[in-house]
Amino acid sequence: MADELLKSTNLPHDPERATLEGKNKFLGFWFFLGGETVLFASLFGTYLALKNSHLDGVPASELFGLGLVFIMTMILLTSSLTSVYAMYHMKNNAPKKMMLWLGITVLLGLSFLGLEIYEFNHYVNDYGHGFTTSAFSSAFYALVGFHGAHVAFGLGWFILLMVRNWKRGINLYNAPKFYIASLYWHFIDVVWVFIFTVVYLMGVVG
Amino acid sequence: MVDQNYSTNQTEKDLFYKEKKKEEMKHQVVTFAMMIIFTLIAFGIVMADVSKMFTIPIIIVLAIVQVGFQFFYFMHMSNEGHTWPVTMIFSGIFAAFLTVLALTTIVWWG
Repeated sequence: MADELLKSTNLPHDPERATLEGKNKFLGFWFFLGGETVLFASLFGTYLALKNSHLDGVPASELFGLGLVFIMTMILLTSSLTSVYAMYHMKNNAPKKMMLWLGITVLLGLSFLGLEIYEFNHYVNDYGHGFTTSAFSSAFYALVGFHGAHVAFGLGWFILLMVRNWKRGINLYNAPKFYIASLYWHFIDVVWVFIFTVVYLMGVVG
Repeated sequence: MVDQNYSTNQTEKDLFYKEKKKEEMKHQVVTFAMMIIFTLIAFGIVMADVSKMFTIPIIIVLAIVQVGFQFFYFMHMSNEGHTWPVTMIFSGIFAAFLTVLALTTIVWWG
């Protein structure tokens, strides 16, 4: 009985919170996001404290270029909107459309990650700005790299969910899973908003 | 008779939620447009190369507003049933604020 109910495709209006498991996932995940906020804050604080300690290395104002960061920002903001579309179709019980938008989100995330790898590679090879060059470079790579790792993890999460549920449709069992993965993706975007402001824009301003 | 009542209620309910979801989608598209506009303003101010004392507070405020939009509309924190998420995120932000404050002021002792 319970299994039938879980696998039914006749969904209530908030499928992600209709079961106790869904509610628990929802609450637990927001608790986790509160913790992540503090984790990223410690990395931001470290970066702000050390950003002028660049020793013989290149200072932030000469290192960062706004063009690439602007493109990366637009890509990540758009991917946040596409995952909103995916959740809209999830709530309307349209699994194919949801998969399509999740797929677009994954592609945008992959291009963001590609650009970030290109960026780091450029800094290391053309500017000699390695992880151990200075306190500034260590703090920079720790913060931005940690965010990049979150993007990579989020992509893996989306891809696994899509592969696992490709032919299953949307039900009360997998709806909470899609929903919290999309919350995670939005949170990554939230962190990036502060990274482009605090690291790149403030770095260029000096 | 009872069945019929039930089904009309059900259709009305479905219509109501469908309408609600559409409304929500509209808010989210507006949110996205606002986020893009804030981002453009932030990059624009930095490229315009005005005084640092003016630029930094403005871009930080723009980031905070943008993140607020993201939390309340993209992540549905403005919907009902989000008391605990709001509590958790704001507790996180409070601890985050103290962390950043401590780490940025501690360097003055160096």
